[in-house]
Amino acid sequence: MAAKHAELAEKFIADEPRTDWHDETLWFVRSKRDKAAHGLPEWEQLREWGSQIKNHTLSNLSNYLKEFEENAIANGIKIHWAADGDEHNKIIHDIIRKHNIKKIVKSKSMLTEECHLNEYLQHNGIEVVDTDLGERIVQFRKEPPSHIVLPAIHLKKEDVSATFHEHLQTEKGNNDPQYLTEAARQHLRNKFVESDLAITGVNFAIAETGGFVVCTNEGNADMGAHTAPVHIACMGFEKLIPKAEHLSVFLRLLARSATGQPITTYSSHFHRPRPGQEMHIVIVDNGRSRQLGREDFRNSLKCIRCAACFNTCPVYRRSGGHSYHTAVAGPIGSILNPNLDMKANADLPFASTLCGSCSNVCPVKINIHEQLWKWRQVISEEGYAATSKKVAMEGMSFVLSNPKLYRFAGKMGRGVMKLFPFMVNNKLNVWFKQREMPEPPKESFRDWYLKNGKFKK
Amino acid sequence: MSAKENILNAIAQNQPELIPLPAIDLDSVIDYEDLYAQFKLVLEGIGGKVELISGLAELQEELKADKESGSFVVNAIGALGDVDNHVVSLSASELEKLEKAYVEGTIGVAENGAVWIYESQMINRLVPFICQHLVLVIEKKNIVPTLHHAYEIIEAGREGFGAFIAGPSKTADIEQSLVIGAHGARSARIYVVE
Amino acid sequence: MKIALFIPCYIDQFYPNVGIATLQLLEKLGCDVTFPLEQTCCGQPMANSGFASLSKGCDANFVKNFSGFDYIVAPSGSCVLHVKEHLHDDKNPNEALQIRNTVYELTEFLTDILKIKNLNASFPYKVGLHNSCHGQRGLNLSSMSERMLPEFSKAEELLKMVRGIELRRPERNDECCGFGGTFCVFEEAVSVKMGKDRISQHEANDVDYITGGDTSCLMHLEGILKRQESKVKIIHIAEILNSLL
Repeated sequence: MAAKHAELAEKFIADEPRTDWHDETLWFVRSKRDKAAHGLPEWEQLREWGSQIKNHTLSNLSNYLKEFEENAIANGIKIHWAADGDEHNKIIHDIIRKHNIKKIVKSKSMLTEECHLNEYLQHNGIEVVDTDLGERIVQFRKEPPSHIVLPAIHLKKEDVSATFHEHLQTEKGNNDPQYLTEAARQHLRNKFVESDLAITGVNFAIAETGGFVVCTNEGNADMGAHTAPVHIACMGFEKLIPKAEHLSVFLRLLARSATGQPITTYSSHFHRPRPGQEMHIVIVDNGRSRQLGREDFRNSLKCIRCAACFNTCPVYRRSGGHSYHTAVAGPIGSILNPNLDMKANADLPFASTLCGSCSNVCPVKINIHEQLWKWRQVISEEGYAATSKKVAMEGMSFVLSNPKLYRFAGKMGRGVMKLFPFMVNNKLNVWFKQREMPEPPKESFRDWYLKNGKFKK
Repeated sequence: MSAKENILNAIAQNQPELIPLPAIDLDSVIDYEDLYAQFKLVLEGIGGKVELISGLAELQEELKADKESGSFVVNAIGALGDVDNHVVSLSASELEKLEKAYVEGTIGVAENGAVWIYESQMINRLVPFICQHLVLVIEKKNIVPTLHHAYEIIEAGREGFGAFIAGPSKTADIEQSLVIGAHGARSARIYVVE
Repeated sequence: MKIALFIPCYIDQFYPNVGIATLQLLEKLGCDVTFPLEQTCCGQPMANSGFASLSKGCDANFVKNFSGFDYIVAPSGSCVLHVKEHLHDDKNPNEALQIRNTVYELTEFLTDILKIKNLNASFPYKVGLHNSCHGQRGLNLSSMSERMLPEFSKAEELLKMVRGIELRRPERNDECCGFGGTFCVFEEAVSVKMGKDRISQHEANDVDYITGGDTSCLMHLEGILKRQESKVKIIHIAEILNSLL
């Protein structure tokens, strides 16, 4: 059975200084977000607009998608529809075969991670070069990204230096980020110039115009899209927004929420292929229409993939993205992934204390922590809770519904703790691993009240 | 049934009852006393260099000197000198050596230091990204407070491509250390003409 | 004004002093307080573990015990939040609704209903306040650093009325302690790490006590403090507000 969040997190935390570093680094990103949000007096209003525009879009999605396709096709873009990750991969593979494509560059697309595109193509003898710096680093290391915006946030510069020394022959032990970035620039520049195909993601797709927007700081999406003769943009169908003017709301929210910048360096608006180029968009479902039908969870589809929820989550900061064993980790992942595979991801909604901070930082007001709670109910109802847990809960329910039994159990429990502490203070008691048990008092509050408090029938 | 039909049917079945769009009230968004000052403040905070100029004479001189020195430079601004229209058909490997590009933008946005550039202002889409150093020129009267105002003026879908560019390329992917100069331009100078 | 005292199960069994302090505090502030004798638990432990369907027995018992009062007050943000959001009884829907509308956590009851402006209390110590998440974000007991809204804190407002107290805010003023219900055992490593980090932020301020409105958080922090043999002590806010009253 694949390892679950709790075990993976425990391994992560075993290196405590590194956990502290990871936690502080991500808290720093959260504080940059706070500072940027404070800079706009209308911040909370902006979130409300973002939320409502997305709510509206989801309620009219089929019409908007038709409008989008019509406008995109009229502009010379080829549109493909993929029911799932497999179909998405095949569509891209077909285009590659048709054009006899050899050299492929890809900018960040969490959708392609979700569909396992790189693996699929590699299996078919086709290499893809990830061009986002963080993604290239993890690609060299044969690891998945651990964060949807900062893929290599779990790595220290020493780790990057070692990786680049191995793959790019940079100076051993030179950890200077400037030096390492320059090495990546030179290495990837050739890849861009020689590329046959550029694959990008889509941050926002505009129904009104049939175009789409790709946001980067590095310029890697553009370096690929404007050099390669073929450009394929991959999108989940929920990336749609109604009109170009709505970009103002989402672009104002996105970078501030993600990294604390007012905007990414490049916000590129694609409407037509350049002369001589072929442009494709692959629109993917992969469980999204099913999620759309889940009343309690449908508004998780509002997500604009900013990762603010990751950065604010005290659990994510201390367990790292790999503990979530999915393409999209963190709080949003925990409400999206059970829809994709409930059995494999049954642990994720429980990897949370339900503190609620995620819902508060979400730029489109997804009620993440409430959905985490609701997923827990669904997962238990569908039978994915451990039997031992179910039995314990049934026992608890029985005792707690019955006042006399509750009082008896409480008295017995306290008695055991007092007289036979070793029965409780041992390795079998998970609480006791790193915490002392509470002191058992000689009487309960009710006992005291019966003797000392006034009471009326 | 095709994948498209299946997907659209599933969506039509599962989407909720229609919810209206919100009204965006421009009066409630931030405004700045001095749009140029804010534009400069933000842009310089993200690695750009901003200068207010009264005329284009100095830039014309710089362009002339660049051309005379034989450095590979592209000019897309008619008012600065001859426009290098031929680059529209240059390949990526030919453009790879591009040292500097002079590009005119349509508007600037004070809240984030971004400049909107249409494809026709770039000549070739690759130009503002592949050059080592970017020189942008906008008019001071065309600086607007926020993106809301920007989208009222620009037409996002008017041309095949357009972009907001805010400063030089950058990354913080290595331990959150900010490095200016990733894959796009290493430096960006923005001239605001009064 | 008839007030029912709701004492969470783990306070009843392990921290009766918190219940005693709450009762005494309310009575000294002039309240007519009853403790319904057959109360057990609000059902949160099952519900948060995914077994809300199993809490019907608790819900029915809760409604039975707490019907017919003007207010229900509890020294616990998370239990009150759970009751507000999830208490249902098909057989007595109106009573359940009434309870959901009139259940209060202790500090919000004092500031919003009793509107306390001063307290005759004394606690001359350096104190760090832990903002329990469910109370803070769920019941809006204080503003939070991630939202851009005016700053306020009901607990701090009350603590500032206490003579001699020196409040010291930790660097991250509203980060979760890591208790999280059954999370504390099912994700033990993360839970304890979060608790340790909370504690070291308070220890950096050299506090004598850490206080808060939720004994669940405090129990978790106390367990770690004791294991570390720290000199920092834990005390519930009710006990501070009730000191020397």
